Amino acid sequence: MTATAVTPVGARTQWEVGGPAPADAIEVRAPAGIERYEPADMTVTAGAGTSFATLDAALAEHGQECPLDPRSPAATIGGVLACGLSGLRRLRHGPLRDHVLEVRFRTAGGRVVKGGGPTVKNVTGYDLPRLLVGSLGTLGVIEEVTLRCRPRPPCARWLVADGRALYRPAAHLWDGARECVLVEGVAVDVDAQTRGVAALESPPELPEGPHRGRISVAPARVRELAAALNGMVRWCAELGIGTVHVAADDAGELTRARDIAHAHGGWMLREHGGAPGDDGFGRPMPNIALLRRIKHAFDPDGRLNPGRIPL
Amino acid sequence: MELALYARDAGVSAGRAVAVCWPRTPEEVAAAVRVARDHDRPFVARGSGTGLAGGATPLDDPVVIVTTGMNRVLDVDAGERVAWVEPGVLNLDLSRAVAHLGLHYAPDPSSQQACTIGGNVATNAGGPHCLAEGVTSAHVLAVDAVLADGTTAHLGGLEPDVPGYDLRGCFVGSEGTMGIATRIAVRLTPDPPAVATILGAFSSVDDAAATVSDIIAAGVLPAALEMMDARITRAVEDFVGAGYPRDAEAVLLVELAGLAGGVAEQVASVERIARRNGATSVRVAADDAERALLWKGRKSAFGAIARIAPDYYLHDAVVPRTKLVEVLRRVYAIADTHRLIVVNVFHAGDGNLHPILVFDRREPGIWDRVYAAGTEILDECLAVGGVLTGEHGVGVEKRDMMPKLFSVDDLDAQARLRDAFDPDGAANPQKVLPRGSRCGELQRVPEGAWI
Repeated sequence: MTATAVTPVGARTQWEVGGPAPADAIEVRAPAGIERYEPADMTVTAGAGTSFATLDAALAEHGQECPLDPRSPAATIGGVLACGLSGLRRLRHGPLRDHVLEVRFRTAGGRVVKGGGPTVKNVTGYDLPRLLVGSLGTLGVIEEVTLRCRPRPPCARWLVADGRALYRPAAHLWDGARECVLVEGVAVDVDAQTRGVAALESPPELPEGPHRGRISVAPARVRELAAALNGMVRWCAELGIGTVHVAADDAGELTRARDIAHAHGGWMLREHGGAPGDDGFGRPMPNIALLRRIKHAFDPDGRLNPGRIPL
Repeated sequence: MELALYARDAGVSAGRAVAVCWPRTPEEVAAAVRVARDHDRPFVARGSGTGLAGGATPLDDPVVIVTTGMNRVLDVDAGERVAWVEPGVLNLDLSRAVAHLGLHYAPDPSSQQACTIGGNVATNAGGPHCLAEGVTSAHVLAVDAVLADGTTAHLGGLEPDVPGYDLRGCFVGSEGTMGIATRIAVRLTPDPPAVATILGAFSSVDDAAATVSDIIAAGVLPAALEMMDARITRAVEDFVGAGYPRDAEAVLLVELAGLAGGVAEQVASVERIARRNGATSVRVAADDAERALLWKGRKSAFGAIARIAPDYYLHDAVVPRTKLVEVLRRVYAIADTHRLIVVNVFHAGDGNLHPILVFDRREPGIWDRVYAAGTEILDECLAVGGVLTGEHGVGVEKRDMMPKLFSVDDLDAQARLRDAFDPDGAANPQKVLPRGSRCGELQRVPEGAWI
């Protein structure tokens, strides 16, 4: 008898990331709610089922934030971390994995395991939190997380980039037509940095469509990649990072965008839609033998979210 | 004779190397690993040997593979702020090599003149300026590694997200138990346009510690926030003349960096908080020369300890920043109980304590007291929700304390990850995880002697 498959469910805002949900799987949900918030320590512990919106509101009361920045604020913290899709302010605040201090997760065998630690600095033992970020629920079900917070910037402003030098902008987007930057800080600094440029009324929007993915390439190759994507898919690139958001009306176009990503030494993770039956990255993942050994070590019977990562 | 030089690092445990080699290329590293494995030997990677937790101590008669000969900065992309380096590049040499570009490598361990980037990757090293910028793992983009079976792997990448699990994240901080880094891509950080360094003097350790907690609680995130107590302050003053006040019971070194407006606002906040907590003086460094001197004092602290006593044992633990006052009181009380002198010089801003027990090893029975006091201090840190190590690593030193922080199931999960990388346990054996970490593991008879 094979063990029953288990699939962790958050708010289903990123439900198709990484491949289709396993059929006939038991759905499990993590607890919701903020368990401990120490503003003076700038750390917060919450059930993985807590929505980002709830977390953000609680931190905002104390002038803090945790810049996970999911596309939908309804997303749960556990879902955000499991999917591993870093937000647009990665340029200034780093990828998702850098915000996680401690993770408690349920193993395939039903035990609860803690990895990392609750303090803002810690190198005690192996880095299980980073292993779990982006693991798409295939190694364990995240139940509770402790996150590092930071002061919420008192002032933030999107503007069209005009080539001026900026000190560490929070985001830098380019969609082929224009470049937009997000400047954060105290008002006097933001004013000084943005003098003479009108602020955008609303932040730039990422491309939408029935078929969406995010391409990951070395930042130095973004411009040549974008040139190749032009006219085929709608795209928006995070300059300085190398993430290129793409959207298409036709599944075949998304597959071709993936081929272009490969040609530029990159990858595409499908976020939504895509060709039926195509559940992978389109070519073997690097270090596949090692990845399989890790998967087997944590989930020997293949119960956890089978099919989400093509191993 | 030469083998004996590689029997230990800067920590207290000793082992024995059966052979030592100095590869110059990734291929030679792979060949060394394969030769070791062909002769049924484990291997231990070693940089400059500045580690304090025994991470480079050779146990189980291994081949020691020294990476200091691989010391080239291979490529610098100033536009994308990335450098590819060999593992033997010294930490400070990398920052010096990119200084003309207005860039630096952010993690700055106190040993940065001597320690290697490869060793920093192994221990996930920190430093004073990791408070705002994060420790090594936040600055390593990719690692080319020789794995335990002698094969090579490219972990992570310059592309922001690589398919599958974060193998780069697993490797950084694995203390040489997953393989040997042969090329490392690191993120470079732009130099801040404005920097202010503040020296605050206090008439008690409590006041200084309370100031630290209040600064963080006020939402100020300094670039660095360091604390030194009276003994070490005076010793440093004698040693390098950094301009620290000799009559203070504690001093804080607070650095604020960023754009001018934010820095000015934060300087005002820090001054206000320090004075509210009874600071006897608060001084902002007038120029770069004075700032450099203040930092020279802080980074000379370990050298200055010799002016207090010939030997020292340095601990590394982290507590929540709200617990600093009570934990520091306990640290002094524990040292008193064991008739020992403790000095504190540490990364206060992230709660990373470095209690240093100073002593003279010629005193009979002294080691027992030093160990007992150290263990009590660590227990105290754990009791308030702290962790065993913030930046030095587990190595041999804290391996057998891991069950104080982690359950049987926690350790089993860590062992599974380690074994997935190195099923035979050939990479830096007997480090990080205590025996018995694997559920159902057979107890092995310990091999080799170490103290």
